[in-house]
Amino acid sequence: MSLEVTGVRKSFGRFPALDDVSLLAENGEFLALLGPSGSGKTTLLRVIAGLEEAETGSVRFGDEDLLAKPVRQRGIGLVFQHYALFRHMTAAQNIAFGIKSKPRAVRPSANQIKAKVEELLNLVQLEGLGGRYPSQLSGGQRQRVALARALAIEPKILLLDEPFGALDAKVRRGLRRWLRELHERTGLTTIFVTHDQEEALELADRVAILKDGKVEQIGTPEELYHDPASAFVFDFLGDSIQMACEVKGGMAVIGGVSAPIIGQKPDKDGPATAYIRPDGFQIGPKDGEGLGARIRDVLLAGPDARIDCVIDNDGAVEVRVPHKAAKGLAPKDRITLKARAVRVWA
Amino acid sequence: MTDAVARRWRFVEPSALPGFKPAMGFTMVYLSFFLLLPLAALILRPWEHGWDHVWKVISAPRTLDALKLSFGAAFFAACINAVFGTIVAWVLVRYDFFGRRLLDAFVDLPFALPTAVAGISLAAIYAPNGMVGKVFAPHDIMIAYTPIGVMIALIFVGFPFVVRSIQPVLEDMSVEVEEAAATLGAGRIRTIIQVVFPVIFPALTAGFSLAFARAVGEYGSVIFIAGNIQNVTEIAPLLIVMRLEEFDYAGAAAVGLVMLTLSVVLLFVLNLIQSWISRRGA
Repeated sequence: MSLEVTGVRKSFGRFPALDDVSLLAENGEFLALLGPSGSGKTTLLRVIAGLEEAETGSVRFGDEDLLAKPVRQRGIGLVFQHYALFRHMTAAQNIAFGIKSKPRAVRPSANQIKAKVEELLNLVQLEGLGGRYPSQLSGGQRQRVALARALAIEPKILLLDEPFGALDAKVRRGLRRWLRELHERTGLTTIFVTHDQEEALELADRVAILKDGKVEQIGTPEELYHDPASAFVFDFLGDSIQMACEVKGGMAVIGGVSAPIIGQKPDKDGPATAYIRPDGFQIGPKDGEGLGARIRDVLLAGPDARIDCVIDNDGAVEVRVPHKAAKGLAPKDRITLKARAVRVWA
Repeated sequence: MTDAVARRWRFVEPSALPGFKPAMGFTMVYLSFFLLLPLAALILRPWEHGWDHVWKVISAPRTLDALKLSFGAAFFAACINAVFGTIVAWVLVRYDFFGRRLLDAFVDLPFALPTAVAGISLAAIYAPNGMVGKVFAPHDIMIAYTPIGVMIALIFVGFPFVVRSIQPVLEDMSVEVEEAAATLGAGRIRTIIQVVFPVIFPALTAGFSLAFARAVGEYGSVIFIAGNIQNVTEIAPLLIVMRLEEFDYAGAAAVGLVMLTLSVVLLFVLNLIQSWISRRGA
């Protein structure tokens, strides 16, 4: 069964947090909601969970109207950014809480609960730590307890609100991969909120990009990266360099050199803004064609060489080229820059 | 496993912070003048007319009744404050409404108001011809000049302690924890009992102890509403004043010493409970 959000609106005072949002998460899909802070992604998650009321619109799971049910009857697992663990309960007690909250008629026996908790502790790789209190666990461990706690109620959908937001980079990366594996094993429809594009692109089957309470684009990571629907999406999914250009017959002219336009082409000629990724440039000698620039710094650590330069009569840019193209370049050298291909949105 | 080096007992653990000696010295001098000396006087004074006199004073039915009233009424007042103070703190922290700040400021009034003023106002309201007393008088329920009146005065003076103890803990506790409980299928009552209450319980015990301690020693407001009838509404602090007026200093000190001992024991027990609870899952 799929989760279908249709035309959801929600505002806080006069600020529209969600403005006619519609999206669909297929059964078993891992969907990421990506957007800058204030884009409404957490609000959408809270509407689905039932912690926030939508003004209009519907949220359906299969043919079940989720908005008609109170939070505690929705059967949706939610993992919070700051864990929200019960600090006076051990990890095992935290995990058992949801099962023990079930009405007596459907509540498993004490032994079954114990077995279930053990199984979940194993699943989140916290064997033997069930007796610890949250204060005795690391951030990553706490978040895994929170995840196990949400999974304990056997939810129809799992919602994760920036689950790795409070963890350091290395732990994040490890947990990310682990979460993806866990998803493959459980097959649970999962919606994941993040403002980290790398995380979204690496984890999700599909990514919905939100901006000012609206869905800007939704698609697979590949589609989004290679075929961004707007300048915002392009800018949000990676480093981008913007330059003034002149559109002429389907080509963009920058500094006297024309470059092909990828993707949608603007219908009319005239001045526009070209969007280029840092690795979309070619470096030429100082008397070559293109934009003249002066190098400020050459950074040789990393998979690509990064060249920090100032374009004549314009701002500073950092372009990326293969190491061999950067050979012999030094600060204060003059070079020329030529865009290989650009994107232009009307 | 044992420590490789046997630890020697030390009065003070080494610290990078300078100034232990002057700070500790100041603390001791300060405590001596304002706390230890008066207490020492209280402990030494009762015995000047011998053990028999002390025993006669503290075993007199009038003294026993007064102590029972003082500690009993203070205990019940603290219990009532614990319940309603928690609710008030909850309302002040969890909801945003018009006049919240004003209400918040009102909570401190019992701290600031001269207790005699409070006692006179309470007596005026709860006396048989007062605003509230009038309602109960026809049903033969007396509030002022009965132990109930004493309790009302003690509730008044102890109230802010519970609210002010719980408020910061509630503020610190994120709503997310309650939301998590709701998404896990827990109802409101289960959430409050199992999720919220254990978190605020240590603060509640602390607030209860303070309210209780304050109520045991309260004098000013009670004497106006109590009516001060021997063996019925006479509180222990008043009895001390009576003994003083009779120039029976040893007797007064004896009652004071009993109050001190009982209070210390009770506060110590409450403290133990509190630290035992907060150690679990701290």
